[in-house]
Amino acid sequence: MNPTPSQTVGPFFSHALPYPHDWELVPAGHAGAIMLTGRVLDGAGEPVPDALLELWLGRTGDRGALLRGDGEVSGFGRCATAPDGSFRFRTVRPEGAYLSLQVFARGLLRSLLTRVYLEDRPDPLLDGLEPERRGTLIATGSGDRYRFDVRLQGDGETVFLDF
Amino acid sequence: MTHPPYLSPGYRSTILRAPARPPVAFRTDPDAIELTGPVFGHHEVGSLDADLTRQHAGEPLGERISVTGRILDSAGKPIRGTLVELWQANAAGRYAHERDQHPAPLDPNFTGAGRCLTDEDGRYRFVTIKPGAYPWRNHHNAWRPAHLHFSVFGRAFTERLVTQMYFPGDPLMPFDPILQSIPDEAARQRLVSAFSMELTEPEWSLGYSFDIVLGRTPTESS
Ligand SMILES: [Fe+2]
Repeated sequence: MNPTPSQTVGPFFSHALPYPHDWELVPAGHAGAIMLTGRVLDGAGEPVPDALLELWLGRTGDRGALLRGDGEVSGFGRCATAPDGSFRFRTVRPEGAYLSLQVFARGLLRSLLTRVYLEDRPDPLLDGLEPERRGTLIATGSGDRYRFDVRLQGDGETVFLDF
Repeated sequence: MTHPPYLSPGYRSTILRAPARPPVAFRTDPDAIELTGPVFGHHEVGSLDADLTRQHAGEPLGERISVTGRILDSAGKPIRGTLVELWQANAAGRYAHERDQHPAPLDPNFTGAGRCLTDEDGRYRFVTIKPGAYPWRNHHNAWRPAHLHFSVFGRAFTERLVTQMYFPGDPLMPFDPILQSIPDEAARQRLVSAFSMELTEPEWSLGYSFDIVLGRTPTESS
């Protein structure tokens, strides 16, 4: 069957899509929690204040994806960017090499799919990239704090996946 | 081609936000986490969440409608238990959103946000009011046709889809750079719901049907 086309999430989703504790895949104080923060920037290097990011760990977990329950880990998180284009997630490290990140925004007629690697390592996807683009998928930081900027266009443009 | 290109200059906001580089081919192993997606529990979605007319003390103003359809995979199989989110403007074309500056009235009885999980047949159903058209600043005298925003998860993160549903016969559709960003006319038509007398309830609400077909992930054989 022919798929349904995508349309932009538009500017007016913040009364509908964000929900309490959406950015917290794990509760405060969770052992092994890390903070993943960053900004979404457009082709002029300006912050994108109306993007919505979704983070997927690869397993559903027990905390609930929408209604954060008593469990410890949810596989899914969502964060609308702040006026300065910033976002944040409290999560745990993925079992594999990367977390999956999807970006929605006004002006994006379809979402963008990318990956956040917490460290550089041999990897089928990374190894297939031009060397100067590889770094766009690797978060900076260590310990419990990591930073990952999403550059939609231009210098340092983030690698997005064909899906 | 089903989806609009990221760069669609008639929709001005794409100019600085569309990636300039092509997406990287996603030839990946079957363990790639993008081939899985979150599972939502029935306790996470309230039974009234799908009725946008019953979220406040009074009834919202506007034409009461129901919208139903099935969420299908590319083979036409129903996707059960997946989350569908809906959001929209009120009957006057105003969003309950702090940054919506359109000088049309807010409706204290309408927020314009709902969600539900699909049933065993992959079916969702919302009760709401028909949203109004609204102006935007994309170009001189720009108006969005009436539309409902939809968000669907599917079974894999690669199936994730956010789209908009339009109403049949809306005269604004040919002038809308967002709908017209889809190059193929037949694909654009797939975003236009069908009015259904069968779904229309006497003395109560008009019925529309709108099925959503999710894309094939690139690692599946074609
Ligand atoms: Fe809208």
